[in-house]
Amino acid sequence: MASLNMRATLVSLLILVVCLGLWEALNQPPEATEAMSEFELLMGGADDEARVPPPSDVLKHAWAELSNPFYDAGPNDKGIGIQLAYSLFRVLTGYFAAALIAIPLGFVVGMSPLMYKALNPFIQVLRPISPLAWMPLALFIIKDSEQSAIFVIFICSIWPMLINTAFGVANVREDWVRVAKTHELGPLKTAFQVILPAAAPTILTGMRISIGIAWLVIVAAEMLVGGTGIGYYVWNEWNNLDLNSVIFSILMIGVVGMALDLILGRVEKLVQYEE
Amino acid sequence: MSHSFLSIEGLTRKFPGKDGETVVFEDVNFSIEKGEFVCIIGHSGCGKSTILNVLAGLDTPTAGNIIMDGKEVLGPSLDRGVVFQNYSLLPWLTALENVVFGVRARFPQWDKKQVAEHSTKFLEMVGLGSSINKKPSELSGGMRQRVSIARAFATSPKLLLLDEPFGALDALTRGIIQDELIKIWSETHQTVFMITHDVDEAILLADRILLMTNGPHARVAESVKIGIERPRNRGSIIEDPAYYKIRNYLVNFLVNRSGELSGAENATGLPPQVVDPVSLEASAAPQEEIPEQAQAEHPSSAVKAAI
Repeated sequence: MASLNMRATLVSLLILVVCLGLWEALNQPPEATEAMSEFELLMGGADDEARVPPPSDVLKHAWAELSNPFYDAGPNDKGIGIQLAYSLFRVLTGYFAAALIAIPLGFVVGMSPLMYKALNPFIQVLRPISPLAWMPLALFIIKDSEQSAIFVIFICSIWPMLINTAFGVANVREDWVRVAKTHELGPLKTAFQVILPAAAPTILTGMRISIGIAWLVIVAAEMLVGGTGIGYYVWNEWNNLDLNSVIFSILMIGVVGMALDLILGRVEKLVQYEE
Repeated sequence: MSHSFLSIEGLTRKFPGKDGETVVFEDVNFSIEKGEFVCIIGHSGCGKSTILNVLAGLDTPTAGNIIMDGKEVLGPSLDRGVVFQNYSLLPWLTALENVVFGVRARFPQWDKKQVAEHSTKFLEMVGLGSSINKKPSELSGGMRQRVSIARAFATSPKLLLLDEPFGALDALTRGIIQDELIKIWSETHQTVFMITHDVDEAILLADRILLMTNGPHARVAESVKIGIERPRNRGSIIEDPAYYKIRNYLVNFLVNRSGELSGAENATGLPPQVVDPVSLEASAAPQEEIPEQAQAEHPSSAVKAAI
């Protein structure tokens, strides 16, 4: 009997082949019922109806795109690598800016019951707001579409990090705080040597949720602000009616999102401890 | 009394509750000399742990004060090391790093090498030389408690507070670590204040045993001298003629008199009565009267049967 992993891989491959096969089979151009007119031949065949391209076309297109990901042929025609790089830059800038504020603020909220009670209503009201709802206000105040997109990422990634940090810090075991107290650790040393490592797994979970949300939001934000980025690319290719590119970029969004999650998952493992 | 190394005067702790406040203990007076090993025994709920927390500076008394080495105890300090029942090791650090954590806090002027050597020495003293790089999760309960003891001794506090350090361990492990505690104590001659539920453990370890009446309104009623010669040893101590006299006296107190003496009306405000069960023998000793089953018939009492 093969190992569980082997069998799971086989089943995954089977599902992939079946799905792609069905997609391929159902998306062939209709048979021409009569001889094509000269005009039809001139226009590229009897394909008079727009169809979702079959996977073979998408794969061919993907290969072409991936073999030259960083070409730049003007504002409307850039390689997928460049588009993703723009998106990643925005996501990471907004995300780290959010971390810089959310984690210290989460410490304050988690350590002080007063601040927790005082700030909680604001957090509860601001958190459910769709990040894109901030866009018009951001555009008006910041007057720069690029920075507005970064602000939207900032505002959407701040909440999970803030809430998880506060939760992790507030729930550090009393025993460990007592250890710090009986060893006469000052507030800063207590924060860095006891509370931070104790709350690190919870904080990292928040950071992992945040990066996932940020990557979801950047696509929508870039569809709005335009110019560059993977979100803009999807929308632009839709306007060009290039569905090969649309499907290809959807896949790329998934792959990059998975990579971001894997990286954060690794870091989370590093700070994990067993009680 | 004020000449003692540690003196506790009129210590009272009340907790506010739904129907009025609960007086856990009231007017507790006792003192400890330098280098003395003192155990405190009493039923659950008499406030032993609260006294220890107050001594550690983790809790504030409602009234009374604690003077240690001429200074009033007002908050946590490295002068008073604590070993908690649940070990309280930091799980993300190895055994060595946990001890280093304490040593670095105590001796900030030491360099890395000195800190590591000192920490390793104390881990070796408790027989953990080969596991110093393991995380607490990889250690058994007994080994974790040894790390905790090593951390406390390595910071050489003026007073060491042990809160039922062996309460969560099985009897065999407990015995082994008691031996290690005796060993490390006889090398360092720390002043120790220890809570225990185990009469035999207290006789084995202590110079003096403080007996508490039942709560609420608990107080330290008696201070029992343990005159058994040191070095003591778990195997031979039970052959000492004084052993059962002391043991019976303690069990009798816990089973019968801790309840009789409890309550606010019995409060004297005086320091505990000093008792030496060995010399007490002839004069109407109450210890002769308790039948052997007395312990078994009181499962609710905190008295643990001998190992």
